[in-house]
Amino acid sequence: MDTTIRELSYAQAIQEAMAIAMERDERVFLMGEDIGVYGGAFQVTGDLVHRFGEDRVMDTPISELGGAGVAVGAAVTGMRPIFEFQFSDFAALAMEQIVNQAAKMRYMLGGAVSVPLVMRFPAGSGTGAAAQHSQSIEAWLGHVPGLKVVQPATPHDAKGLLLAALEDPDPVMIFEHKLLYKMKGPVPEGYYTTPIGKAEIRREGKDVTIVATAIMVHKALEAAETLASEGIDAEVIDLRTIRPMDRETVIASVKKTSRLICVYEGVKTLGVGAEVSAMIAESDAFDFLDAPIIRLGGAETPIPYNPELEKAAVPQVPDILKSARDLVNGVR
Amino acid sequence: MDKASVNAKAAREEGKHNLPFAFRQYSPEQLKEALRKMYLIRRFEEGAEESYTRGFIHGTMHLSIGQEASAVGISLPLTDDDMITSTHRGHGHCIAKGADVSRMFAEFFGKETGYCHGRGGSMHIADVSKGNLGANGIVGGGIPIAVGAALSMKKQKTGRVVISWFGDGANNEGAFHEALNMASVWKLPVIFVCENNGYGMSTSTKRATAVPNIADRAAAYAMPGIVVDGNNLSEVAEASHEAVERARRGEGPTLIECKTYRHRGHSKSDRNRYRTKEEIEDWINNRDPIRLFEEQMQEYGVINAAGIEAVRADVEREIEAAIEFAKTSPSPDIASLTRDVYTDLP
Repeated sequence: MDTTIRELSYAQAIQEAMAIAMERDERVFLMGEDIGVYGGAFQVTGDLVHRFGEDRVMDTPISELGGAGVAVGAAVTGMRPIFEFQFSDFAALAMEQIVNQAAKMRYMLGGAVSVPLVMRFPAGSGTGAAAQHSQSIEAWLGHVPGLKVVQPATPHDAKGLLLAALEDPDPVMIFEHKLLYKMKGPVPEGYYTTPIGKAEIRREGKDVTIVATAIMVHKALEAAETLASEGIDAEVIDLRTIRPMDRETVIASVKKTSRLICVYEGVKTLGVGAEVSAMIAESDAFDFLDAPIIRLGGAETPIPYNPELEKAAVPQVPDILKSARDLVNGVR
Repeated sequence: MDKASVNAKAAREEGKHNLPFAFRQYSPEQLKEALRKMYLIRRFEEGAEESYTRGFIHGTMHLSIGQEASAVGISLPLTDDDMITSTHRGHGHCIAKGADVSRMFAEFFGKETGYCHGRGGSMHIADVSKGNLGANGIVGGGIPIAVGAALSMKKQKTGRVVISWFGDGANNEGAFHEALNMASVWKLPVIFVCENNGYGMSTSTKRATAVPNIADRAAAYAMPGIVVDGNNLSEVAEASHEAVERARRGEGPTLIECKTYRHRGHSKSDRNRYRTKEEIEDWINNRDPIRLFEEQMQEYGVINAAGIEAVRADVEREIEAAIEFAKTSPSPDIASLTRDVYTDLP
């Protein structure tokens, strides 16, 4: 087993996963807009078309609905398509195929088929692309039985979760935060998978649990370092999968720390943090709580263009610091 | 061979040349089987309607009575390995592709023995073992999926083709246009079959579609667009045969428009305020696809009145037994509610 570990960017890690998958399994192919010679809007597919050819790295017309449906049809008849949305926002054009077809086909047909479909969604704000290119819509899809929804936060997990998604017989939606594409981190060479449905404790602590997704994991870790210098020992959980959610890890952590903050970029109301909070409220961890739960989510607004407004629209490190201090100091 | 014999043979050949396509292409047994399937669809739909009225079926359903020639005609050149995606009016497509009517009735009755174990009902009826990827509750929903299946077949070099069934209403969905374009760009082995029954629910094609024929839209996607009398089995089969051959040769998709009519309303909620009694009766009395095919079969000596009666009686028995099977089948266990939302992992 190859255990060499290098530093790769998040985008390079995804590209490596797709290359390994295509080498291992001839059923795997890529579909998306401008993923061929252009290399994808974020250069995630890069030069793969030169290695694997246009039949396996297929540029589609600008037809998100039709393209998604083609991927569903290919998946259900023996192929393993990886469909790239250019921006996760464009999934709104393809919701019919994702929600009404891919997610429900197995159930509606009484188990006669599986839909081993992988979709990749460049997501999130911070690029100055404004309201139609910056959303975090993972909770929309997390609400649909039949789908699995993951949000890798590190290059390691971006590769491992993509390879796990390809092993999964059901549709897996992968939300990739655009600001993470250039982030570097250790990535093992060769084939490995990161389990879908399993959260990861990124930092152990005893005073407060911070459950975070995607880029918020890094903001939470940054906040935790500052908090440590103040004597507050934060535990940071990278949720990684929002459907199915890892109840055990979160519940055990809250029982230990007695305090919970959820940090996520999607709009706060009816978002991932609402589900995590309700999960704790319904569990025996509720009795362990020493303070109210705090949700830090996206503002109740479309993502604005102005860079200062844009930053203000999603949780930042100072928001996490204040919430943690308030909880530990009994202000809330 | 003497001169007279040569002349007689030539006359027979000439006569054969003038026969409608289906009577040249298919054996009497195949034609009788086609008639049997048309009856089977008609009687299945009538049986479903009666079962609905008697409270055995809940929800709603969309009957294809009057459209049997397109379902059976399009399916004639197909093998069990070829695939279809179907529509909310998909019972006929399912039967024409070879489904067992017992398991179809069981599904409509919501029983565990149904094709979808009672999870799908009429609108999601499917028989994947015969290449039917399922009816669809979303207008146009199956069209891109058919294109994806065709892409799969091409990549896997199977030689199999895919039929994408849809109605006239679907031709105004974006999915239709996106799917046809991609199928043509990639030259995929898919045949788009529009059953134009004149109305998308209550809205006539004249009021909803800018072109006189839906097949005219094929020009925008650089594929052949063929209009046929959808109530004439032979015409439908001929168009299908050519399109299937073209697809198998790797030359890409075809759009076939079958002009037809549904004798019944759109669904069980239809109060029929958008069609005249005269129009409906004209189609029922003068353009019934089954009667038309029976007349042709008798004219060309493929079957006689007694033969037709035998086919009918055979179908009658099959439908009766199928409904009985559905009635006596067990309902799903409530504990199995969430089964098959996901695939069980080892």
